[in-house]
Amino acid sequence: MTTGSAQMTAANFRSGINPDWCPGCGDFGVLNSLQRACAELGLQPHQILTVSGIGCSSNLPGYINAYGAHTLHGRSLAVASGAKLANHDLTVIATGGDGDGYGIGGNHFTHTARRNIDITYIVMNNQIYGLTTGQISPTSRLGMKTKSTPFGNVETPLNPLTQAIMNGATYVARAYSGDIRHTTALIRGAIEHKGFALVDVFSPCVTFNLDNSHDFFKQRVVKLEEQGHDPQDWKSACERAIEWGDTINIGLFFQGNDIETLGQREPVLEKGGPIAHRDLAVTDEQRERIIRRMM
Amino acid sequence: MAGSFDFALAIGGEAGQGIATPGNILTRLFIRRGLYFNAYNAYQSIVRGGHIFLTVRISDAPVYTHGDKLDLLLCLNQDTMNRHLGLMGEGTRAIFNSDSINPGNPRQGVELCPIPVSQVSGSRNRLVQNTIAVGATCALLQLDFAILEDSLKVRFARQGQSVVDENVGVARAGYEYAQQNFTAFPTALPETDQPKAQWAGNDAIAMGAAAAGVKFYAAYPMSPSTGVLHWMAQNARDLGIMVRQVEDEIGVANMVMGAAHAGARAMCSTSGGGFALMTEAVGAAAMMEIPVVLVDVQRAGPSTGVPTKTEQGDLWQTLGASQGDFPRIIVAPTSALDAYNTIPELFNLVDHYQCPGLVLSDLLISEGTFSVVPEDIDMNPSINRGKIITEAGTGNGYQRYKDTEDGISPRALPGTEGYVHVVSTDEHDEDGGLISDEYTNPYKRRAMVEKRARKFDDLEGRVASPALVGPADADVTLIGWGSSEGAIREAVEQLAEEGITANRLQVKWIVPFHADAITAVVNAAKKPIIVENNYSGQFYRYLRSETGLTIESHIRKYDGEPFMPHHIANGAREILAGKADVFVPYQEVNV
Repeated sequence: MTTGSAQMTAANFRSGINPDWCPGCGDFGVLNSLQRACAELGLQPHQILTVSGIGCSSNLPGYINAYGAHTLHGRSLAVASGAKLANHDLTVIATGGDGDGYGIGGNHFTHTARRNIDITYIVMNNQIYGLTTGQISPTSRLGMKTKSTPFGNVETPLNPLTQAIMNGATYVARAYSGDIRHTTALIRGAIEHKGFALVDVFSPCVTFNLDNSHDFFKQRVVKLEEQGHDPQDWKSACERAIEWGDTINIGLFFQGNDIETLGQREPVLEKGGPIAHRDLAVTDEQRERIIRRMM
Repeated sequence: MAGSFDFALAIGGEAGQGIATPGNILTRLFIRRGLYFNAYNAYQSIVRGGHIFLTVRISDAPVYTHGDKLDLLLCLNQDTMNRHLGLMGEGTRAIFNSDSINPGNPRQGVELCPIPVSQVSGSRNRLVQNTIAVGATCALLQLDFAILEDSLKVRFARQGQSVVDENVGVARAGYEYAQQNFTAFPTALPETDQPKAQWAGNDAIAMGAAAAGVKFYAAYPMSPSTGVLHWMAQNARDLGIMVRQVEDEIGVANMVMGAAHAGARAMCSTSGGGFALMTEAVGAAAMMEIPVVLVDVQRAGPSTGVPTKTEQGDLWQTLGASQGDFPRIIVAPTSALDAYNTIPELFNLVDHYQCPGLVLSDLLISEGTFSVVPEDIDMNPSINRGKIITEAGTGNGYQRYKDTEDGISPRALPGTEGYVHVVSTDEHDEDGGLISDEYTNPYKRRAMVEKRARKFDDLEGRVASPALVGPADADVTLIGWGSSEGAIREAVEQLAEEGITANRLQVKWIVPFHADAITAVVNAAKKPIIVENNYSGQFYRYLRSETGLTIESHIRKYDGEPFMPHHIANGAREILAGKADVFVPYQEVNV
């Protein structure tokens, strides 16, 4: 497998299909950042597998020049995990929205983090269900008025960052898609990181969420890197992740570097290369061992 | 039964009393002597208490069911005595611990074999009664004690010499007590010169997968399918199989799909409830054209149902699994060995057609334990992975879903240079691009539906058509599907003894369904009867939908217990006598 030989640019990762997102959608910034990050890392399109669920943002695999799987609603992490375990040479990047990942896919989010499997998960968090034309999501703020909460949301939103950190993710970051350089750096760090990496990106829905607009975020986001935060400090990471108000932190909250990934702990992957490409035949010695135990 | 020796014993007690140990010691001893056996364990969803009843039928010829009758009853508790003594007939024996169990009133000709266990063993340990019973059983079967001693040494070797000595001592005490006090069975336990192996059906399914080259297996524990997970976990490192226990069955099926998409042969097993959670993924595999195998080990439903009891109740669930209109392959193996052989065959089919394949096992096959001739286990079946691309290329004009003549499009595995593409659960065009969102295209949609369907045009000819067994002009034709083959086979023999000729047709492939072959059999039959382990006649309704045939006579059972051969023979007799259209046998053994 070749890496980094050719001079790659973000343009190499354009698929040629124009996104069907609304003009001004935050997802454009995420796609752009991801393409830049892949180019900066010198990855080749065939080395990457993007996996998404369902929702506006889950259309992303169609727009990036890489292998892609546009799977079922909420299941991107399960499919991505299977693909990564079957071929650990692939750079596996799961993408999707907050409803897809934190709502219907919440169980997989919890357990994929716990397993610390070496995949990158980019969530385009717009705090709304957009494709279904505007209902609350698991990250919608208390009191938010939507078509499913015409008198205001009475449920507390979840915090994907603390959840990921608590559950065992080893790279937890938050970005704002309006800042492409910063988002690119965080996604690049996530791909380079060995282990489960979450990049939760504020990616405003300009059509159905007028509460959490570009202006809303531009006025509030502050970078952790500029505040002297140490991402190795787990406790501080949790504290910074729950801060929410006039200022909202973005940046790398937590990174645990010395924690084994699932692939590193799994003896089946120790040698022999990706299981997807191994010889399928059972040897005579293996057969002998199996039959002997049955007698 | 072609064998000269046909003997069945049962061990009953409660969960936690260690029934598995004497059962295992005895079956190991039988297979070492080259005997065949078929064992069915009736149990409940409880870790301690309840009633467990293990029936082991032994012969010097292949044995296809756990049979209709017992020769020897081993009672480990009073409840077993109360439930089962009344069913013991002339010439049988009942061994029990007379310290704690009252025998009640046996029928004439039943020999009660009370053993004062604490006196005989000199021990107050409750578990010694199991070993005493094993010793007594061997005495009644006129077996040399040295043979049992060997078995015990092997069984307990890992636990150290003192455990071996203790067990051998206790077994000898039971053996000698039985020799001195009870009448041995008239026929001694025979021997053949070909040692057997043993497996549960779930082992067979797992081994079939291993032989097929499955490199990724995932599951969420669910009775009665969990044995597949256990086998896989035990052998994962030796065979290089990635085995994962996943958070739920939705995750299981999707993880398996991801692994399959990346190029591994991948499988999962569950029971009906777990399969219900997997169903959306079945459609996804069909839409993305990813080859996966999902095994549904049926148990009695609906809902949580009866977790430890059997049923053939998920046929329509698999036929209708997932939304939308798409083909899938469905197969219902007829025995453990058949399941073993079917899994590699199914993998070749799903790889060829790039589609989901579903296996309908059930508790009877999956949790039953059976002898198997080691030489029958071919672990190198032919493997055909279909049209896949793994070599780098220019990929000029590559289209993942190219609308080919046979509908099958070469599948480039992710990671292959030059063939970058997207697969999608949305409807897509030939290159994988979505046609569902911006401009739905009715012409492309129609072409893709037809492409996915056209793949299966030649499927029916690729697998064996069901074959009628027995004389063409038989009085009655028994039609079954899946796991009932053994019971139907013996029912035919029982009917023959009464002068009723029967033939039988066992359907294994549900999709493809060999409608013409089945129609020919039904039309030629004097009295076709459909036998199935459910209430509503799921298979009959499917057969009717595929053939337009109407069949009046049915034997159905839905009490959670499998058919015993005489249930089917009785049904055929009643139906032939005009006494029933739908015969529902009475389950005599209360387990």
